[in-house]
Amino acid sequence: MLTYTIRRLILAIPTLLFIALVIFLLLELAPGDPMAEMPLTIPPEVKERMREALGLGQPWYIRFYLWLYQFFVVEPQYWIDALFGTNLADGAQRIISFQSRSPVFDTIAERIPQTLWVVGMSYVVGVIIALPIGIISAYRQYSWFDNLGTFISMVGFSVPTFFTGVLLIVIFSVNLGWFPSIYDTTLVVNDWSSFLMQLRQMAMPVFVLALYNAAQISRFMRASMLDNLGQDYVRTARAKGMRERVVVLKHVLRNSLIPVVTVIALGVPQVFGGAIITEQVFKVNGLGQLLIIAIHGNDVPMILTLTFIFAVLIVIFNLIADVLYGFLDPRIRYD
Amino acid sequence: MLGVVGESGSGKSVTMMSLLGLLPSPPADVHSGTVTFDGKDLLKVDPETLRTIRGRKIGFIFQDPMTSLNPVFNVGYQIMEPLRVHMGMDKKAAEARAQELLELVGIPDAKRRLKDYPHQFSGGMRQRVMIAIALACDPQVLIADEPTTALDVTIQAQILELMKDLRQKLGMAVIWITHDLGVIAGIADRVMVMYGGQIVEHAPVKELFRNPKHPYTKALLKTVPSVRGARVRRLTTIEGQPPILGAQPTSCPFRDRCSEPLTVCASKNPPRYEVGNGHDVACFHADALETAHAG
Repeated sequence: MLTYTIRRLILAIPTLLFIALVIFLLLELAPGDPMAEMPLTIPPEVKERMREALGLGQPWYIRFYLWLYQFFVVEPQYWIDALFGTNLADGAQRIISFQSRSPVFDTIAERIPQTLWVVGMSYVVGVIIALPIGIISAYRQYSWFDNLGTFISMVGFSVPTFFTGVLLIVIFSVNLGWFPSIYDTTLVVNDWSSFLMQLRQMAMPVFVLALYNAAQISRFMRASMLDNLGQDYVRTARAKGMRERVVVLKHVLRNSLIPVVTVIALGVPQVFGGAIITEQVFKVNGLGQLLIIAIHGNDVPMILTLTFIFAVLIVIFNLIADVLYGFLDPRIRYD
Repeated sequence: MLGVVGESGSGKSVTMMSLLGLLPSPPADVHSGTVTFDGKDLLKVDPETLRTIRGRKIGFIFQDPMTSLNPVFNVGYQIMEPLRVHMGMDKKAAEARAQELLELVGIPDAKRRLKDYPHQFSGGMRQRVMIAIALACDPQVLIADEPTTALDVTIQAQILELMKDLRQKLGMAVIWITHDLGVIAGIADRVMVMYGGQIVEHAPVKELFRNPKHPYTKALLKTVPSVRGARVRRLTTIEGQPPILGAQPTSCPFRDRCSEPLTVCASKNPPRYEVGNGHDVACFHADALETAHAG
């Protein structure tokens, strides 16, 4: 297993470099100009000088190389410096956003807590409610519970979050006034009442996203349970005189979880990607919103860095899913 | 040892599984009848009692050893499960017993193999594991549902020998379901022939092979190819298909394929007639015989 993991990690390096190149070239080919939103009163030659100041005068391969160097060498040096008080970076140039002129990673670090709180929590909540729903739906297939579950997950999956989000705002913020419609990032949780406030402002975005996640995962869980409930070994377990709870929650569930765990693990990078639309609806200034703003402003370093981080996460969680598969299913051995 | 024979789809497995309530419901639904075991009707007892009989008093071996074991648990765990639930053994005792069972069914290096998973065993070895599970709690009755069908002949012979041996040692009743008449002739004491979900003939093994009464049994025995004499160009078959049962039969289910049908066969389903020597048969011909005998 360990050699397999190491081999996969080494193989991931060329993959990621290729992904970085593709993202870079796509951004290069895309029309747009970071100076487009500057006031028209700025003379063209000044604008040209500003462009050159951003490094846009260089050929693409030099800019790509510099970005790679900054991403893999300079930025980690800064992190180490911040952690241990060393001075490895020695004032080297960091990746700078075109828009804010501040280091890209500083902005990302500011945004990550909101995304993890809201989107991450919604994923956890979604998984926690999806698993029992999937298990019960499969065990009592076509019962009223299963039909209701099927209906709700169909709604949750097919109705877009910008609709459910706005609907919830209209009902619970505008009419009932129970929850705030805007997520306040400046809120500092230091006592009981501010903690409650934090919960209240999280409630709606978490609910919207959890519904969407739970809809998907509960369907996977149900299908996988149904696959296994009809297997011969289930009959064997019953013939051995096992309690029904043991049959379902041990024999069947253990087998059914194998594909579901993979799906869940593969879904984690999306958490970091943020739920772009939902964050926009509830004004949560997370990573998703950051990406949108960066795209609007042709902020190439920001877009490139964010998308590349997502790509790294996807590659890593793919590997995690595969390793988990090997742990859960004794038939799979990687060595 | 009771042998149950019949062609595919004649209801052998379904009947046996209905005894222990192992059929998935829906679609299955047992309407009437009784299953008497130890003075109790297994169809009427509460699920908890039934559960304590399954595996403890009645062991069950299934057809397909490749899929009947849970792929994600090691075989030791799967053998120990009934031991711990029914016999209340602790981990150590159950482990010792599991090892003993694997040795009993002839799996070499038993101690080490307890930790192996089903996919690390061959088909024959897996069926031995299934037998070990079924035997774990010293059941009074063992139901073996075509335990050798999925295996090749040499393994089949080994398993048969093993079963005969174990039956002698442990002294339990065995119900052996098969469609192999040769196997039945070799090991059974009594034979039950099933067709269309019903018992059509029931007799001691020698009596049945010497003196088959039901046209279906006769036809079945004719289909067995002989290894002596001139080789026949084509194997004998029973023409037609077994009936598809959507409802209770109102006529004799074998009527369409019978070589000597009577008019009464189309209007009534024959009951089982006693014909002596512990032999009974569900055919109107036997009715004529019985009345002739009496008159």
